[in-house]
Amino acid sequence: MSTQVQIPEAVKRNNKFSVEALRACFPILQESVRGKKLVYLDNAATTQKPEVVIAELDRYYRHLNSNIHRGVHFLSEEATAAYERVRLKTREFLNAASEKEIIFVRGTTEAINLVAASFGRMNVRSGDEVLVSGMEHHSNIVPWQLLCEQSGARLKVIPINDRGEIEAEEFIRLVGPRTKIVAITHISNALGTVNPIKNLVRLAHERGVPVLVDGAQAVAHQRVDVQDLDCDFYALSSHKMYGPTGFGVLYGKEDLLKAMPPYQGGGDMIRSVTFEKTQFADLPHKFEAGTPNIADGIAFGATLDFLHSLDWDALSVHEDDVLGYATEQVSSIPGVRIIGTAREKAGVLSFVMDDIHPHDIGTILDQEGIAVRTGHHCAQPVMARYGVPATVRASFALYNIRSEVDALVRGIQKVKEVFH
Amino acid sequence: MSDLRSLYQEIILEHNKSPRNFKKLDGANRILEGFNPLCGDHYTLYVKLEGDTIVDLAFQGAGCAISKASASVMTTLIKGKSVEEARAMFAMFHELVMGTLKDVSFDHLGKLAAFAGVSEFPARVKCASLAWHTMRNALDAGTGTVSTE
Repeated sequence: MSTQVQIPEAVKRNNKFSVEALRACFPILQESVRGKKLVYLDNAATTQKPEVVIAELDRYYRHLNSNIHRGVHFLSEEATAAYERVRLKTREFLNAASEKEIIFVRGTTEAINLVAASFGRMNVRSGDEVLVSGMEHHSNIVPWQLLCEQSGARLKVIPINDRGEIEAEEFIRLVGPRTKIVAITHISNALGTVNPIKNLVRLAHERGVPVLVDGAQAVAHQRVDVQDLDCDFYALSSHKMYGPTGFGVLYGKEDLLKAMPPYQGGGDMIRSVTFEKTQFADLPHKFEAGTPNIADGIAFGATLDFLHSLDWDALSVHEDDVLGYATEQVSSIPGVRIIGTAREKAGVLSFVMDDIHPHDIGTILDQEGIAVRTGHHCAQPVMARYGVPATVRASFALYNIRSEVDALVRGIQKVKEVFH
Repeated sequence: MSDLRSLYQEIILEHNKSPRNFKKLDGANRILEGFNPLCGDHYTLYVKLEGDTIVDLAFQGAGCAISKASASVMTTLIKGKSVEEARAMFAMFHELVMGTLKDVSFDHLGKLAAFAGVSEFPARVKCASLAWHTMRNALDAGTGTVSTE
């Protein structure tokens, strides 16, 4: 049984790339809000979903709905097979060595909490250090803080420079003999900085320290090869890469995952249970207690098929063009200050303007049908680093176009009119 | 643009630009913090209460135009009022921004009328309400931090 919705030829590899054909795959992009054509620039919060993903969710509930890994009946077998096929697709998508390394979770937050709780409980002791960067999302700070409080370890922070970049010398200086893990974002959600993960992983490994990568923002913009990066853990959320909410992936190297204790106990993660002793299931099920989010997981499989079919070389050129154009247009507006000017950036344009509070800017843009995020973007330490309480963040996805940047610029002019 | 003008009234823009009673108040006997961590609006409210009368009040801090103008207008309206009058004004303001205020002429509202448009912007009600909730808690002799998120 396969989905009825076809992916248009024009967005596929080996065809001339058409962003209009790509936009047509996303029904919500045809919507109007507040009487204006929707300009959706809040993709770092969540991306929109293509028709194929929406159709797959619908198909699952109409034709396949059943619990998995337990029933002997037809639907359960079909659903189990469909769900486990997604694991194989995910392995392929990330180029992991084995499907045992693919743990399904609710999202990036749960993936990081899993590693902090399980790997942390086993390896981090009083006096040890956990290293994060100064540009992390709260979800890659707080789980480690909790671990440090419980274990007596110290949380150390790699500072970022004025452009919003990590400097290798600082990184080397901070990875010490007591460092038990480095947790770092691939692409910053607040600044758009693309971190040189491959190099940072190499530097950490030279010092015997494993690395967790928060890939939440990266997977919407680029292909990720975990073996090439050589990272030890990679966390991602389906909903930030054109898939459904409530589903995500933790990739972990098999030897590390094997040695780690379970995260949650329950059904599905056991081999046998008596009141005296429980034998845990093998990887990956050891980390997947309880009935998972089957529907969204299966629709995530459709998301991976969709992403797999796209022409990523053309998309990369297109995305760079739109972000470059947006940066040039918005930074030329008098009074605008761009927050985050790293040499390698993707997807995010964060800014402040005069003494107009970002929330006022957000409300006025909203009246024009333009969706941006305003606030601290769950990255308060980043805001503190730049001495601003909040920013306006326009964040871009594969389907955004220059004319939407023009709408944003007109919206910002309107803000200026209101505030004189 | 008309919808926006209903939110960003001239009075609001003007109070945002030049907030009244925007200072630390020496001799204040009730000092309370109002903080909405998600949006970052953060103010300290100083109240000088003598018997049943709010003889003076002032505020400091930073936030969006709506929250700052609301705090500023509030200080001008509450100064010199009794605790009971201040509470009544809080109740009226609350209903106004929630859009539940009925049968009250705008003349009666005075400067508060500028905030009538807030009710059309649900996401901004918490901005407009922050200073008012902080004031009410200060009168209740509450301590700690007030939030409207």
